[in-house]
This record gives sequence, C-alpha cells and structure tokens, in this order.
Amino acid sequence: MRPVYLISGGITKFAKAHAAKDFRLMVKEAFDYALNDLSGKLTPADIDGSIISYFSDHFTYQLKAGAMVQDFVGLCPKPHVRIEGGGATGGLCFQQAWESVASGRYEVAAAMGFETMSHVETAKGNEFIALASDTNFDFPVGGYYNGYYAMMVVRHMHEFGTTEEQLARIAVKNHNNACHNPYAQEHLALTLEDVMRSEYIAWPLKRHDICVMSDGAAVCLLASEKAAEKFCANPVRITGLGAGSDCMRFADRPHAKVPLLPHEKEADYKDLKYPGVHSFRAGRSAAIAAYKMAGVQNPLDDLDVIELHDAYSSSELQTYEDLGLCKYGEGGRFIDNGHSTLTGKLPVNPSGGLLACGHPVGATGLMQAVTMFWQLQGSIPKHFGNDKLQVKNAKRGLIHSHAGTGTYVTVTILQAP
Amino acid sequence: MPTEPRLPEIERGTEVFAVDPLTVRAHFEVDYVHSYKQDTPFFHGLAKRQLLGSHCAKCHYKFATPRVRCMYCGGETEWFELPAEGRVHSWTVCYFAAQEFLKDVPFTLVLVEFEGVDTLFLSRLVGVERADVRIGMKIKPKFRRKATWSVRDVYFVRT
Repeated sequence: MRPVYLISGGITKFAKAHAAKDFRLMVKEAFDYALNDLSGKLTPADIDGSIISYFSDHFTYQLKAGAMVQDFVGLCPKPHVRIEGGGATGGLCFQQAWESVASGRYEVAAAMGFETMSHVETAKGNEFIALASDTNFDFPVGGYYNGYYAMMVVRHMHEFGTTEEQLARIAVKNHNNACHNPYAQEHLALTLEDVMRSEYIAWPLKRHDICVMSDGAAVCLLASEKAAEKFCANPVRITGLGAGSDCMRFADRPHAKVPLLPHEKEADYKDLKYPGVHSFRAGRSAAIAAYKMAGVQNPLDDLDVIELHDAYSSSELQTYEDLGLCKYGEGGRFIDNGHSTLTGKLPVNPSGGLLACGHPVGATGLMQAVTMFWQLQGSIPKHFGNDKLQVKNAKRGLIHSHAGTGTYVTVTILQAP
Repeated sequence: MPTEPRLPEIERGTEVFAVDPLTVRAHFEVDYVHSYKQDTPFFHGLAKRQLLGSHCAKCHYKFATPRVRCMYCGGETEWFELPAEGRVHSWTVCYFAAQEFLKDVPFTLVLVEFEGVDTLFLSRLVGVERADVRIGMKIKPKFRRKATWSVRDVYFVRT
C-alpha cells in the first residue's frame, strides 16, 4: 500500500430541506467547491474514478442514484461504485476511496456523498431508518433508533452512574460550537437548562440529545503522493484506518472481555461484561486497528482534535470510552471535566457534530473528513469565515463514522505534514 | 377526416405542495410476500404460548433471540423454551416513534434477560409506569389470544 493524501473537500450546507436542489446539484456544489479550492489545478479529467455514498433508496425515491451523480458532475465514463453501510456510509466511502488510491488503481479518487431526508415527514423518516434494524424481531415491536439508543444509555447509566446532565453537557458543547460553523443546520446557543427542559423523545433522550434529519452533500478528493504534490499546496496524509462490526440486533451482543488499547490493562476492567448493550465493540475494534497503523499509543496525548459520530449525545459519551479517551465508565466525568470542549485537552466535534450540523447520512462521514482536513490545514478561518472553531496547531486528527446500534464503525486518522 | 391520435384526458389531478420549485405528492406502496423461513418455529411457538430461543448443540451457547446457526462455532442450533420468567436488562419509554407505531405512544420497550441464557430479547413491557420500571425487575411473557403471526404476539408484564 502506498501513501494517500486528502487534497481537497467541499460541503453543501446541511439544511432541513434544500427545496430547489436535488441530490445531484447538492453534490455538484460540494464537488465544485473542492475543485475551486485547488485553484483550478485539478479538473474532472484528472479524477480516475469515484466512490459514491448514500444510505437509503427510500429517502431518495430513486434507485441507482449514484449513476445520476456520476453523470451530473461530468465523470462518465469513468468507474464508480456505491457504498452503503447505514450511518457509517460516509466513513466507509472515505476508506474505500483510500483503498482505491493506496492499491495503485487510481491516482485521484473522488468520494462523494449525499442524503435527501426532507422528502418524507420525520416519523416516516424514522421508519425508513428503523428498517435498518431486524425487520422480523426488532422493528415490529415498535423498535426504532431513538428507542435503541435510549436503552443502550439506560444500561450505561446503570453500569456506570452516567447522568442525564452529562448527556446534556455534550449537546450544549456541540450546539454552541455549531453557532460558528456556517455549514451547520442548527445555530442554537443552547444552555444546559434548554436541553434538560426539551421534551423526551425516548426516555432519557430528549429533543436536543438527538440529531436532526437533513439534506446535504459532501465531497473529498484523495490522491497519491505524486498527484498530491502536483495538485495541492497543503495536503493532509491519511495515516491510520480501522473498521469494525457488530451484530445487527443489539440484543445478540456478547457479555465478555474488553479488547484492550495499548494504554489499558486487563485489571482496569475485571468486573465489566463487554460490550453488552452499553458500549460499541465495533468502535473499539476500529480504534485498535487505526491506532496501530498510525502509531497512536495514547489517544489523549497523541491526537489534537476529533470529529466523531454523535447521532445522540449519549453515543458521543459512549464513544469517548470506545476510543480510549478515558476508561470505560468514565465518559461522564470526561465531559464534566470539559476535556472535549473547544478549549479542553482534546476538542471533540468542534464542527458541532451531527447533533447540530445535522445528519444527511451518506454525506455525514465525508463532512467530518472535510472539516478535519480544514482543521489540519489550519484553513478553518478561510472556509468558515471566522476562526472561532480553529483548533490551534492541530496536527493529528481522528474521524469516526458509526452505523446502526454500532453495527459498523470506521476510525480514520489524518496527519498534517 | 382521420383524427390525430391522443391520450385520454386524466380525471383526477395531482396534489401540488408548492408551485416553484414544483413539488408534488408521489405515492409508493407495496405488499411483500414475506416468509419467516427457517425461523418459522419461533412464530408457531408464540401462537402456542411458548417463547422459543435456540441453543448450540456443539458449543452450548444460548440465544434468547433465536438463530438456526451458532454465531460462534457455526454449528446447528436446537429450539428450546425460554424460562417462564425474565428480568429487565434495559428499557425506555418512547414518546415518538416510526410512523407505523405513532398510534401506540407512549409505549415501553424492554430488553429481557433470562437466567442461564447468553443473549437478550427485545419486546414491549405493558402495565408498568415509567417511574416504576427498574433494571433487574422480574417480568414474564404474555401472549395475544389471537395471533398476528409476528413477534408482536408476545409482550411482557410484571410478575
């Protein structure tokens, strides 16, 4: 495998609805932004192929929508393939684009993602997403994702004493960050009280603990070292990749031992049954592999910034632990101590995360990659129009994409020169 | 004089949400011929007021939600009746739902654990207020008198 670089990116603002733009035009906007950011040095003719990510044909009301993106952005007759893996669709797409360059097949690959969730009412949208759980055993009893995540965090609260206030603190952090991100769907300067007083959707998760449905698109351009040198003045190298999976039904997960990260000991978890329904084994597996490849010994010391998949405030807290930012059970204290805030030891979701940016599924993981790229370039002020969210001297960042009840997870590590 | 061919006029118009950008109602509906295939004995069991799990004949792993092959050793599993009583492993009350279940809110979902069984079972918990649900609480399955031939034929109540 040869080195691969992220050389440009673009985002079409995430919004409740883009009334006048379909999925093709949304992708085209992000695609053009990415090309323009290279000052016209790279043209579509230089792209060898694309990987297109979108989650749900139900939302799009169009099968084989990827073919329509490919022709709309002018990449026919080059090869393209669709990637789908629930909420992790974008992260999987990014890793697939990496493989297509690392293997030597492409010099430049375009990773393009979108989702158009505004075509149906929210309850119908929740139903479409619920169809990504077992339709014989889980969906028919009224199972849906807000309910599944509620049950997972209720167990986390039982095991570790995690509180509703700790979840709310994460929602406050991410929403206030997003106020400075022009690409975010929601710009709400929420207080702890606002979150705590928002209505229950699935106890103990409230309105502001849960991400919203969105229309949006994002594009990343990945390149070999030779192509990166030719087209980009400040590329960022992709240094670590990991991915993992878990059973579709969270009821089927084992209660066994914790797979350890380099800085953890077996004695840390002698009484913990893992993952049960309180933790994401796929996230832990992805972290182990990505840290090994990138040479990360202790993520809290070795990483400068993280964009992770906070579809729920609870899943951000649980993911702190899967990524080893703190021990299992200490996620609540990690946010209480402010470690993941913009000025904390390791800022998490400076973009505002899914909670505030929105979650147009196929675009989400690529949006994370684009904002991380800008963080590591130090170009957030240029792209956001303000420097509030630029993490100072950020050199090494982690992006994390997550599907289902933790069914697929990807972790990717990016490094500035 | 021969007339030019023409399509018949439509009798019903189209629902228009917005004129510009033009936004219309598009309807999509489908009935599936959906079979439970190898999991059929589980659903037959519900109709006979039996809640069936599966256990691996080779490595003895016990699944509360059945599967006909073992996830760990790949062996064939055998059906067995789950204990008559379980406990709340986790739970939630849903105040919002997928469209099909909006009519049911608020409702309580429960993950049930059974003594000596390695995995859990997702179901509804009925008749317990939110303030009264506790992890570890003893609960038992109840079965609908008239089967719907779905996993909805079983739900749980306090013992």
